[in-house]
Amino acid sequence: MISSHLPALQVVIPLLAAPLCIVVHRAKAAWVIALVVSWASLAISVRLLERVLQEGVVVYSMGGWAAPWGIEYRIDEINAFLLLIVSGGSALVLLFARVSVEREIEAERRYVFYTMWLLCLTGLLGIAITGDAFNVFVFLEISSLSSYVMISLGSDRRGLMAAFRYLIVGTIGATFILIGIGLLYMMTGTLNMADLAERLPAVADTRTVKVAFWFFAVGIGTKMALFPLHFWLPNAYAYAPSAASAFLAASATKVAVYVWLRFYFSVFGASFSFDAMSLSDILLPLGLVAALVGSAVAVFQQDVKRMLAYSSVAQIGYMAVGISFVSVNGLIGAIVHLFNHALMKAALFMVLGCVFYRLGSVALRDLDGLGRQMPWTMAAFVAGGLSLIGVPSSAGFISKWYLILAALESGSWPIAFLVLLSSLLAVVYVWRVVEAAYFRAPLDDPSRRVVEAPVSLLVPVWLLVAANFYFGLETSLTVGVAERAARTLLGAGG
Amino acid sequence: MQQFLGLYNYWIVIFLMMSGFYIVMTSRNLVKKIIGLNIFQASVFVFYISIGKVSEGTAPIVAEGLSRYSNPLPHVLILTAIVVGVATTALGLALVVRIHSAYGSIEENEIEEGGDEA
Repeated sequence: MISSHLPALQVVIPLLAAPLCIVVHRAKAAWVIALVVSWASLAISVRLLERVLQEGVVVYSMGGWAAPWGIEYRIDEINAFLLLIVSGGSALVLLFARVSVEREIEAERRYVFYTMWLLCLTGLLGIAITGDAFNVFVFLEISSLSSYVMISLGSDRRGLMAAFRYLIVGTIGATFILIGIGLLYMMTGTLNMADLAERLPAVADTRTVKVAFWFFAVGIGTKMALFPLHFWLPNAYAYAPSAASAFLAASATKVAVYVWLRFYFSVFGASFSFDAMSLSDILLPLGLVAALVGSAVAVFQQDVKRMLAYSSVAQIGYMAVGISFVSVNGLIGAIVHLFNHALMKAALFMVLGCVFYRLGSVALRDLDGLGRQMPWTMAAFVAGGLSLIGVPSSAGFISKWYLILAALESGSWPIAFLVLLSSLLAVVYVWRVVEAAYFRAPLDDPSRRVVEAPVSLLVPVWLLVAANFYFGLETSLTVGVAERAARTLLGAGG
Repeated sequence: MQQFLGLYNYWIVIFLMMSGFYIVMTSRNLVKKIIGLNIFQASVFVFYISIGKVSEGTAPIVAEGLSRYSNPLPHVLILTAIVVGVATTALGLALVVRIHSAYGSIEENEIEEGGDEA
């Protein structure tokens, strides 16, 4: 009985738990609620993924109203995988959040943080699970509004300006998506994605549909921080509380990439998006520039958190490059990188949370000699950094392997070269931290007695680091699911 | 010319959209930015409402003597979007209040002169 309603429960449970956090009003109780709900969501998403892999697409009609009149939840391989990334990210980062939040957020605001966390989780899961275009917009705004609040709760007042700018840019992006949905509705009279995909080819050659197409490109591009629409991201991630940075880096931009895949492959159809509208001609250069410029700017950052944020811009670039090949290997690269990048960035942002917990700063100049004072923390940074660079046996290697494979397949070795070049830049910026932490003497400051971070922070960090290497060696889950998802995407509407 | 006038609702939408966008982009005052954002969103509301209108159609309530109805779906959709817009405005203004208490200003250039803007 309950198992048939899992798709609804996936979204409804965190949605109902969020006001509960407000009611209990106590930080610790709110954290317990958020943690239990996140792990329950993870369990549901694992079950859903199993079901999708066994039985194929799972369709759920909200309230028993059949699509296209009712809202339909439609889960295939790719969004089942996304649900796993989002709920898994939330579950693991929350383990870390309690102690970190106690350090970074004022006592009377902590329960608000967990409420917003659950709302953000609701929104992100909702975007991933729904099969209704307008529903995507609503959930997008739920997740965005709650993430603005999370960013503004940081201890640094610059977080407020970062949240405000993100609010302005994010709202414009979401409104662009809304305009796109309205234009598509005008031409087809439906909001259901499967229905849209059926009716669009008949009207594809109209200016209205083409305008909608580009409104989506700008709107979703803003949300996924695709270069040059990435400018909101570095400050937002740098000044958010560490736990929020880790969660948002693992999930928010990933879900936007998923929306991109969903609209351009499933709704518009790969042949319209990439042949008729030649989306790749724009996506490929933007992705390459993002990968190179993002990495290059990261090299010059003095704040390690900002450095990682710029590195995220570069990683989104890789995904864009992978998508732009419109081939099975390219899409595998992009989809696997969604998962792997979530693993490494969550791990690295959590490491910085540990550093901030002890030092109250994540500036590069404060990290001198930290390798000796916080050996486990900095070892985790090195391990996560290796994965970010893409060293063999780490998760990052797998996604880059498929990316480069796809580039060579399409006969463009310069692209493969540029991807490798950008990885070399990643070596440089990770090295700057390693150099400070291991090859410089600790600051000679008696007021600074730094010891290892508490175990409660280190355990979730190392869980994620271990996952980085586990999924670097055991790829049957990630690559297996990604391959099926890629074939589904290319098959749909193609 | 006939066609130009016939599409007057879209011209209004585009005018509102561009003015709102311009205000968001150019004003340095945070409250004015939010006003611009509101105008920008309002243009999309008008857009949705006008695509649901059927000429000579009435509100979709079954009554004698009426056979043409406007499409209610876009109107319902935009009700949701208006709620989202109100929430965004409220959150934006709340942030402005906190920015004002943290920086003592809501002018972007004065906040940047505050010295800690990276």
